Amino acid sequence: MSELITKTAAELAAAVASGEVSAAEVTAAHLARIEAVDGQVKAFLHVASDAVAQAEAIDAKRAAGEPLGPLAGVPVAVKDLFTTVGMPTTCGSRILEGWHPPYESTITSRLRDAGAILIGKTNMDEFAMGSSTENSAYGPSHNPWDLSLVPGGSSGGSAAAVAAYEAPLSLGTDTGGSIRQPAAVCGIVGAKPTYGGSSRYGVVAFASSLDTPGPLARNVLDTALLHEVMSGHDPMDSTSIDAPVPPVVEAARHGDVSGMRIGVVTDLSGDGYQPGVLSRFAEAVELLESLGAKVTEVSCPHFKYALPAYYLIAPSEASSNLARFDGMRYGLRAGSGSAEEVMAQTRAEGFGAEVKRRIMLGAYALSSGYYDAYYGKAQQVRTLIIRDFQAAFEQVDVLVSPVTPTTAFPIGERADDPMAMYLADLCTIPSDLAGNAAISVPCGLAPENGLPVGLHVMAPSMADDRMYRVGAVVEAALQSRWGHPLLAEAKGLAS
Amino acid sequence: MTVMYEEALQKYEPVFGLETHVELGTRTKMFCGCTTVFGADPNTQVCPVCLGLPGSLPVVNRLAIEYAIKIGLALNCSIASWCRFARKNYFYPDMPKDFQISQYDEPLCADGYLDVLVGGETVRVGIERVHLEEDTGKSLHVGGATGRIQGAEYSLVDYNRAGIPLVEIVTKPVPGTGYMAPEVAKAYVTELRDVLRSLGVSDVRMEEGSMRCDVNTSLSVLGSGVLGTRTETKNVNSLRSVERAMHSEIERQAFVLDTGDRVIQETRHFHEDTGTTTSGRSKEEAQDYRYFPEPDLVPVAPASSWVEEIRASLPELPSARRSRLLSAWSLSELEFEALRNAGALDVVEATVAHGASPADARKWWLGELARKANDAGVEVSSLPITSEAVARVSALVSAGTLNDRLAREVIDGVLEGEGTPDEVVEKRGLAVVSDDSALLSAIDEALAANPAVAGKVRSGKVAAAGVIVGAVMKATGGKADAARVRELILERLS
Amino acid sequence: MITRDEVAHLARLSRLALSDQELDHLAPQLDQIISAVAQVQEVAAEGIPPTSHATGLTNVFRDDEPAPCLSPGQALSQAPAEELQRFKVPRILVEE
Repeated sequence: MSELITKTAAELAAAVASGEVSAAEVTAAHLARIEAVDGQVKAFLHVASDAVAQAEAIDAKRAAGEPLGPLAGVPVAVKDLFTTVGMPTTCGSRILEGWHPPYESTITSRLRDAGAILIGKTNMDEFAMGSSTENSAYGPSHNPWDLSLVPGGSSGGSAAAVAAYEAPLSLGTDTGGSIRQPAAVCGIVGAKPTYGGSSRYGVVAFASSLDTPGPLARNVLDTALLHEVMSGHDPMDSTSIDAPVPPVVEAARHGDVSGMRIGVVTDLSGDGYQPGVLSRFAEAVELLESLGAKVTEVSCPHFKYALPAYYLIAPSEASSNLARFDGMRYGLRAGSGSAEEVMAQTRAEGFGAEVKRRIMLGAYALSSGYYDAYYGKAQQVRTLIIRDFQAAFEQVDVLVSPVTPTTAFPIGERADDPMAMYLADLCTIPSDLAGNAAISVPCGLAPENGLPVGLHVMAPSMADDRMYRVGAVVEAALQSRWGHPLLAEAKGLAS
Repeated sequence: MTVMYEEALQKYEPVFGLETHVELGTRTKMFCGCTTVFGADPNTQVCPVCLGLPGSLPVVNRLAIEYAIKIGLALNCSIASWCRFARKNYFYPDMPKDFQISQYDEPLCADGYLDVLVGGETVRVGIERVHLEEDTGKSLHVGGATGRIQGAEYSLVDYNRAGIPLVEIVTKPVPGTGYMAPEVAKAYVTELRDVLRSLGVSDVRMEEGSMRCDVNTSLSVLGSGVLGTRTETKNVNSLRSVERAMHSEIERQAFVLDTGDRVIQETRHFHEDTGTTTSGRSKEEAQDYRYFPEPDLVPVAPASSWVEEIRASLPELPSARRSRLLSAWSLSELEFEALRNAGALDVVEATVAHGASPADARKWWLGELARKANDAGVEVSSLPITSEAVARVSALVSAGTLNDRLAREVIDGVLEGEGTPDEVVEKRGLAVVSDDSALLSAIDEALAANPAVAGKVRSGKVAAAGVIVGAVMKATGGKADAARVRELILERLS
Repeated sequence: MITRDEVAHLARLSRLALSDQELDHLAPQLDQIISAVAQVQEVAAEGIPPTSHATGLTNVFRDDEPAPCLSPGQALSQAPAEELQRFKVPRILVEE
């Protein structure tokens, strides 16, 4: 294993900038790693054929003495729902197989401007609907800790790619937990920025009012670096917040919780949570207290309705967002007969089971006669959850909980049991409904199975820096206790 | 198949409503920066947003909001202090996202009215709502009969029109207009068109589809007070068609009711060629649009200061102009309507502004010039003569420099491009002969040639002088001022 | 309880040509999910305003300034079929 692939993004950017190593060498090392392990991990759906050319362009710039961007020469793996010119975008779906978008997403375009190497497109649950990547039309990705396990989802490919050292950074999207949950079960860091903090332009929509692009990396500082580069106001996205990006990198460099008020959400624990998850979480809370944080318990009584509200709001929006995949203008066209028949056959053939379930669930919730009882009610619950957060953030600076009730589960275990699958997002959904920021940081291995557990830190909207401050402290303290990063303990490919 | 219109109206009371879609005249589309030029090559004014490509997002055109508020204010609506866009979900190949961004239960403007003038009477048409939405693409149906959708083998879609801002103006149901209903409907659309034109928010060209009407019609049994089932007639794309479509639909529904059937709530399509409607899809069979607030757009909350600023910038509206001109020009409602229907309001007003009397200005534009326009098959306002020129001709007549016949010749000259009225007078030598000595010699010649007539006049039969006037006019080639000639004859013979 | 007929109706509404087998499989799953999400109806939410947008933003507009369009070539590049610089689609049955 080349040393280059174990370096952090911060180290790589510095080494490329100083000329210690070329962007081409960095890229070649990662391409070699992909070549070596991705046959087993299956994190990537597409590897950029021009990755080396992108790197050489960076090296040429450096040679010419031109200024380099903050991520110059650092490979980034991109979840396959960001539109990219020159690479297909499939969203893990048969219906978009071979689609070459004629335009670039705002975020990937910012990454290119920052000098990042877009090394490839990663696997995901179809249209980001799922928590395991098993809903990908192109087969599941595998957890680098144990290839028989899921890497989480929907950004499972992005999490697996980073955990397997195929890329130091990756992009994901979080709608109900799709960045934080895979980060937790793969033992890496993943952040959901404030909704509106990172642009959705060119991010194929699942649920528009929830979808939030965000960064994944092997450590808190790298996560913050990517967070900062990808974020900021975008006039192409009407829901984008026109305000400065919170100082996340600064916070990640200077983690400190002394005097910080931290609330433990009592509603996010108890039955259904794996004991090892709860014990590692409790230890992390004790650690924070020992580092000077003032820890209290906080109740958010409406969080228990977050999951049902989410499974009304997200499918409703999805049923509308996914209507355009009808075989008329792009993507798959199947069947024969009238336009109406071809649309219905295309969609029946092009969408997988989970997508169909959610489209129909959404159509149901929005139907005349059911709207008030389902979609309307869910929107009210959303208000109550926002109020729970507001009340909590009057007492504390951040909230903490486990990221997901269990560690990584075996591929196939929940594949045809949607309700069991949905539970994976129990703790992450409230922040999505409220549009707040949240992060998952590794906090140890569950004693019963030796698999990674994540600490979930939730911050108010546009206070993303707070969660990095906490994350950085926890990471530093635990690594000094363990003597190495958590990933070093992985028995599988993540080592 | 149908009953006669008059017969139908003896038993039934028509209630109608109109939904009018108007393409706004913004430079760019509702939610993206694509241009909106009419008649451009197919798919040259499209981008990821209006093509509905995965990942693309809409951003609202501020000017479209401003135009919609303008329309709402002109139609006496209240403007919402907070409202949202909503998605109307249905599948159709010319709709790129398979939903339309529209507004549902929170329209930008609501609850107004428009007064329209029909046969000298004012009818107040209530406005339910004015909301914004996006237009769809256009399909070309290939194979089968004459480009119709029925029997076509396939269709070709051009998305240039997709995303052009549309304002939908919905009336409240209009009852109580009896047999005048189709005429009132037409007058409403005409008035609405004039309002929109005066606001400068749309080119309102029905023939290019920038203004399109759906006509809702129902019949209730006279005196029953029970509303009938309504049908929605689409594709009504000219003022005349509005009237014809409703007329035909009243006859059809009366026939259905007379035969004991019930009217089906459905969409119907109007056919210009036959003047009749045919059944489209039935609304009773599950068209569930599943409206919900558009999550990709944030709410619109126009500040009252902005609304007031827009209100202050409104131009004079047709109804205000009507009252002003009625009193300033001492017109009857019917005379006003004649002017408006002739499309001559602007030119007459401009002619008056250039110094002509309202009566003279109307006389020229509704008389001689209207005939010329009619002969040429153009609108009177597009004749190649300016209001200033008409005012000048009128002034020359008042000054006695031209008589009516010469004035018409001057107008011919101007229309033929010979220059200003004064230049035409000069070039064609058209001024009346105002030199008394020249007239007197012509009078003397005429008197000499008609001694009997001269005698009659002398003996007091003044009316006989006309013969001499005629002879003088003939001798001067019509360039004499007949009144002056008469005066001179009478002086000569007194 | 959602019936198989209702599920078939939802499939038609969603333009999904599902086989009988798929409908049989989906109907009980949807029923299970719908009963679970119906929990939101337990919440006392009278007088609580619905949230459709969490950012609280209003009045996000763009100026009426033209931006570059795609070329027709780019626009049509991914079309399953094209003719006369237009997207070619199968015959349309219902007039809108």
